Amino acid sequence: MKFILQPWPWYVSGPLIALVLFLLLFVGKNFGMSSNLRTLCTICGADKKSDFFKFNWKSQRWNLVVMIGAIIGGFIGANFLTNTTAVTINPDTVEHLQQLGFSSAGNAYLPTELYSLDALTDIKSIVILAVGGLLVGFGTRYAGGCTSGHAISGLSNLQLPSLIAVIGFFIGGLFMIHVLYPLIF
Amino acid sequence: MRTLIYLFIGILFGITMFKSEAASWFRIYEMFQMQSFHMYGIIGSAVGLGVVITYLIKRFKIKSIYGEEIKFIPKNKSISRYLFGGIIFGLGWALAGACPGPMFTLVGAGFAPILIVIVFSIIGTFIYGIIRDKLPH
Repeated sequence: MKFILQPWPWYVSGPLIALVLFLLLFVGKNFGMSSNLRTLCTICGADKKSDFFKFNWKSQRWNLVVMIGAIIGGFIGANFLTNTTAVTINPDTVEHLQQLGFSSAGNAYLPTELYSLDALTDIKSIVILAVGGLLVGFGTRYAGGCTSGHAISGLSNLQLPSLIAVIGFFIGGLFMIHVLYPLIF
Repeated sequence: MRTLIYLFIGILFGITMFKSEAASWFRIYEMFQMQSFHMYGIIGSAVGLGVVITYLIKRFKIKSIYGEEIKFIPKNKSISRYLFGGIIFGLGWALAGACPGPMFTLVGAGFAPILIVIVFSIIGTFIYGIIRDKLPH
């Protein structure tokens, strides 16, 4: 039980993600979470604005159920399977982050500067979350998949397009952290 | 019944995302700083096993639980859409510290501000749908 309450090491977590991939394949589906964002657009009526959203969203209902499961899983993980939520990152990373003004680094699951309720009263935090969301939503559909669809499903199927996409993920991520972060924070 | 199976898989995924800390903004930052093996270990071992799983399913023509063929849809050939789309995604992933799976896990974990990220990621997807004809693919 103690092991479960601790953060799970990579060699437990990675195989569990592979199990999720296998289970979805075994029930005849594919692992790809960002498709849900498109489905949610269609449900909100986006099919009236662009043909891209004209499809029978009910064919994607299974994926919305997986998404709801992911929410429930987060609730269970945070409330019943965890005794400390502080993420023990590399002390060098903590120092970097504290220099940027993230005082919660090393003591929290998410930075309080962005993800606490107080952050909702700070315009800068809201703008950062909104821009981050916009880029993720736009980029994932443009690239045709996200971390699950490309990095896990696509690479597992040895798809060159997925490798290109994952290289893109890292170009974007490295540029954001090393070049843009010092300007933003 | 099928719905319950999908729900179970989702719950397993959500718990894994939370407990592995892959849903933690700090882990994403640390990954892009290349200061920990943790995220690379998670993705690497998942892909390593995923390659074996995918190969075995194809090699032995393993059927789904419903007796149907398991299909793998090849991605369309292109460079620009994957590269440009990937870079834009990566910028957002590093900024918000969450990708489209963990985003939902964080809702369940009780972090209200993640709803801003989700709403705007839906808007981002909508904008893509509107202007996609003007983008290089």
